[in-house]
Amino acid sequence: MAYAIEMLHITKDFPGIRANDDITLQVEENTVHALLGENGAGKSTLMSILFGLYQPTSGTIKVNGNEVHITDPNVANDLGIGMVHQHFKLVECFTVTENIILGKEPRTKLGTVDMKAARAKVVELSERYGLQVDPDAKISDITVGMQQRVEILKMLYRDANILIFDEPTAVLTPQEIAELMDIIRNLIKEGKTILLITHKLKEIKAVAQKCTVLRKGKSVGTIDVETTSEEKMAEMMVGHFVSFMVDRQDATPGDVYLDIEHLNVKGAKGVLAVKDFSLKVRQGEIVGLAGIDGNGQTELAYALTGMTKIESGTVKFMGDDVTHESIMSHYRHDMCHVPEDRHKHGLILDFKLKENYIVHSYTDEPFAKNGVIQMKAVDEYAERLSQEYDVRSGEGKETITRSMSGGNQQKAIIAREFDRNSKIMIVVQPTRGLDVGAIELVRKKIVEQRDKGAAVLLISLELDEIMNLSDRIAVIHNGELTGLVMNKGISENDIGLMMSGGLSKFDEEAKV
Amino acid sequence: MKKLFKMALVAVLALSLVACTSSTDEPAPTGSTATTGETSSVKIGFVTDTGGIDDKSFNQTSYEGIRKFASEAGLVEGAFEDGGNFTYLQSGNEADYVPNLSAFGEQGANLVAAAGYLFQSAVEEVAAAYPDVNFVAIDVAPIDLPNVQTANFMVNEGSYLVGVAAGTKAIENGSNHVGMVIGGESASMNMFWAGYQEGVWSVCPECTISYDNANSYTDSALGKTLAQKQYNAGATVIFACAGGTGNGIIQEAAERRTNGEDVWVIGVDTDQYSLGTYGDGSQSCVLTSMLKRVDTATYNASKQVAEGNFQGGNIDYTLADEGVGIPAENPNLTESDLAAIEEAREAIISGEVTVSTEPQTSETNPLIIG
Amino acid sequence: MTRRYSKLTISLIAVVLGILVGCLILVITGRNPVNIFIALIRSLTGFSVNNPARGINIMYPLNWLLSSVPIILTGLSVAFAYRTGMFNIGGEGQFIAGSLACATVALLVDLPPVIHPIACILAGGIAGALWAFLPGFLKAFRNINEVVICVMMNYIALYFNDWFVRSFLPIDKLTLARTVAFPETVSLGDLSFGTASQFNYGVIFAILGVIIFWFIMEKTTFGYSLRATGFNSEGSRYAGMKNRRNTVLSMMIAGAFTGVAGAIVIIGSYGYGRIFTAFDNYGFDGISVALVGGSSAGGVLAAGLLFGLMNASETQFQILGIPSEVSDNIQAAIVFFVAIQYGIKIVLDLIGKHRMNKKVKEEVA
Repeated sequence: MAYAIEMLHITKDFPGIRANDDITLQVEENTVHALLGENGAGKSTLMSILFGLYQPTSGTIKVNGNEVHITDPNVANDLGIGMVHQHFKLVECFTVTENIILGKEPRTKLGTVDMKAARAKVVELSERYGLQVDPDAKISDITVGMQQRVEILKMLYRDANILIFDEPTAVLTPQEIAELMDIIRNLIKEGKTILLITHKLKEIKAVAQKCTVLRKGKSVGTIDVETTSEEKMAEMMVGHFVSFMVDRQDATPGDVYLDIEHLNVKGAKGVLAVKDFSLKVRQGEIVGLAGIDGNGQTELAYALTGMTKIESGTVKFMGDDVTHESIMSHYRHDMCHVPEDRHKHGLILDFKLKENYIVHSYTDEPFAKNGVIQMKAVDEYAERLSQEYDVRSGEGKETITRSMSGGNQQKAIIAREFDRNSKIMIVVQPTRGLDVGAIELVRKKIVEQRDKGAAVLLISLELDEIMNLSDRIAVIHNGELTGLVMNKGISENDIGLMMSGGLSKFDEEAKV
Repeated sequence: MKKLFKMALVAVLALSLVACTSSTDEPAPTGSTATTGETSSVKIGFVTDTGGIDDKSFNQTSYEGIRKFASEAGLVEGAFEDGGNFTYLQSGNEADYVPNLSAFGEQGANLVAAAGYLFQSAVEEVAAAYPDVNFVAIDVAPIDLPNVQTANFMVNEGSYLVGVAAGTKAIENGSNHVGMVIGGESASMNMFWAGYQEGVWSVCPECTISYDNANSYTDSALGKTLAQKQYNAGATVIFACAGGTGNGIIQEAAERRTNGEDVWVIGVDTDQYSLGTYGDGSQSCVLTSMLKRVDTATYNASKQVAEGNFQGGNIDYTLADEGVGIPAENPNLTESDLAAIEEAREAIISGEVTVSTEPQTSETNPLIIG
Repeated sequence: MTRRYSKLTISLIAVVLGILVGCLILVITGRNPVNIFIALIRSLTGFSVNNPARGINIMYPLNWLLSSVPIILTGLSVAFAYRTGMFNIGGEGQFIAGSLACATVALLVDLPPVIHPIACILAGGIAGALWAFLPGFLKAFRNINEVVICVMMNYIALYFNDWFVRSFLPIDKLTLARTVAFPETVSLGDLSFGTASQFNYGVIFAILGVIIFWFIMEKTTFGYSLRATGFNSEGSRYAGMKNRRNTVLSMMIAGAFTGVAGAIVIIGSYGYGRIFTAFDNYGFDGISVALVGGSSAGGVLAAGLLFGLMNASETQFQILGIPSEVSDNIQAAIVFFVAIQYGIKIVLDLIGKHRMNKKVKEEVA
């Protein structure tokens, strides 16, 4: 079989760092080839070279057997290479069609944009690849999953035959991930070649045929996916054996720290998103809240942390009523909050990393004295946090957070929130977008916090995570509590049923 | 990269230095050669207010006076450093007055002219710093310096004449109602207003007068609105005493006349007849204009400087010496109108009538609306 | 090849391009473009390149500094609000409010020398802050666009000033269009070095302003939270910061900078209370200054000096036969080139790539 892409002995040096070291990547035509590696392993650099954003220091690139010099992204486009970026590059106020044709608009005889032809082409492409995109919807009105499909369509519209997907599932819900896998299979069926950058082993198993593993800028090898176990791939990626199951002793819960009673919260559309919700979380235990995305978890987290108005009911932190208190007051009651949306809430992206470490504590000693920031103390603190939580960035603590990879951004948030050793922890989607090494670290830290005596409410869409970490499991469906069980002997299937509203189960033992 | 551009910048500057130093073949400035008798080397500078040199009003007319003298004396317009004899500096805002006046001082001008009461303190300050330079300041209160001539205009006398014209038209029309719009409250505006009142009431004692302060000399849209208000209230004639704001008043009058209404507007400072043409251009809505011959003041001062007999102190330009008045041609005034105006003019010059400088207000006189 | 170019490089290139645009206009209209440089050098140094015999006339650089002082302050004002995520286009109103409060304290309060002008300037700052309160408050608590309110506040200031001066301050009998002169005690001193320049100790407040701006923004916890709000208001809300309070305070501090500018100008360049018939454009100039200066303290200082130079050079331009509008054209072009800095970056990239290719070819050869 011929190779669609060959990157031979690619080396790329940046000042002070060798990002790619003699990497060879050969992608067979009409296959899904995965590129696996931890954050910072050199995947993005390699793909940027392929896409013409960087020039390699040495090495050659061949496309369809011919040696090429990809000097900028336009050259890549002309060669039929398209890239679906991790962070979408879409114009929010434009429609789907307008976004797709932007930069390559079909013209009428009069020289105006031929919207009719454009729309027809978009509809045709959408149907052929099973993308089901509404060509007239505005980007701001459609889901993240749909936005990703628009990005895919952009590439197809430009007749790309080789599609690079950069961490495509990091921002997707489980259902959307499943749908994306179908789309990828469709694309292969239609003769496309796909290069999938990811660190999710399940996805590689699901769609890829070959997988090249990178570690610290070097190629560890290319393997046949079907005959290699997930554990083996993980080990290749991280360099040592990885345990997916976090060691966890049974909880020894104490007093009730987080007490939610008859909570009603309205969602963005003005209807109740959380309905008569009651739950207690005790010191020294992790309560996992399982549920399908969009069943009130977001609103619940906002309500518990003071970020949205509560219609009725009460929230008590260690006995103190904080129902209508300010966000700041919540933090003063010893709460930490790992937010669901790391870009919108979790980080000030244009701040330096070290500045992001002190967003809650910038007025406290030793970071401030008499209203003046003590940069030395901040620097020391930042050094320590980055080290302890393995947060990696180009220029260390001085790095502008926006330029960091998604995984390291999330680790920075985890570091900041966990290091405060709060008594009440509201942790939402803590490992979304992280690689396996980082997931292991974060999960360990959550258990560590529990053992130090925190009450942890873990809200996650990943059932694995809930089953793995929780002492008790609560289930939310349509804003209501549909189950509360001990994490012992309960089947994943039962939890799944509760999540979809097909079962309601309350363990006597799980009641507090 | 950064270095390259910095070097380019330096290179450009250095080049210009060389280019300039090698081309200093112009005559060196004569320094402080004040009140010279030689016409050919006389240098006259004019500083505009924020309205600019082409304001079709105050600045433009003042500069015309200098230009008129220059053409008689064979002076060349252009920057002093290029060998010119007379030129102007435009002021971006009021804070530019002092730097601009003193720049002419530094350039060794023989005469520096400025027009407008806002120049008062700037002229006082700069004239004191350049005792060898002569200054003529129009509409500025007397300044006790030998090198400063202030020129003031008895606009109340001229306004009396256009008031007579307005009152006559209001009687003819049967409305017994006229109007006036000013650009901002000032002592000078009070003189316009006082003379106009007396002129109107001298022929039409029962006439009401609408009166509005636009508080702007540049807002023609506001002028149009105020004109609509006054015409709708019944005014036959509006005395547009508000610089560029008046253009809106003229526009409104032209539109109304096109629609057959019998309304008029009176221009100010210069003959604004041509601004008010409508239809095929043969007719104008401008009844007449109250001329303020600021060009006379700059012309006289220029001439004095050139002839070496410049005099400090204040000069009041009056109806008698044609410092104020109405245009020679007034196509919209009838023989009898003109006769009435001429009668008033003679009465003022002879001293038979003394025109007040302090206006009555709506509080003291019920005939005033506004 | 994407590189990061410093804001300074971009701004310098924009300045050079802006001046080139000015030259181009002169060439097209048949004038000598070299005069632009003669004028700028004369304003900058007082040295007449085309007539070295004249020596150095210090009045010109003093006038340059004089015209820079207010726009450095208004530039700081716009930059301060901008760093908190707001666009302070209300500079004109705050400037008028500042000069009105200054005139009121100057004319109606009896104080000894030195203390009197300082009190006047403080009053100006407070008035500017109060004038900016409403846009900030409505933005913070009602989410009403501050631009709309700022523009309205500008006009309110213009007419309020007129009414207030005529109603409460002693009017100059000769003109009826300004107040009487300020008492002798209200003076910012004389830094003219014997020239006719009005340059004065007001410059100290511009320098203080730059230092205060830098200190608050870069060093204090308050500045930290303002920047957080400016970059990501949802993020700072999550962090527990008081966004609303920050929004209001930031606008008020911005207003204070401009109010001080108003006070300094009215004491230093006028010496009497004014009845404004139009805006002076110091506030609008501040927008250009903040933009070109990248909204940092040092950048605003440099950009303020640059635009001050352009304004002050208008006189020199005209003396050398260049229309004063050319200065405006250059300023507009500089702002334009800074605004399209992305384009400049692309050009720089192309040049960089070209040079690299050449180097590679040379090496191969």
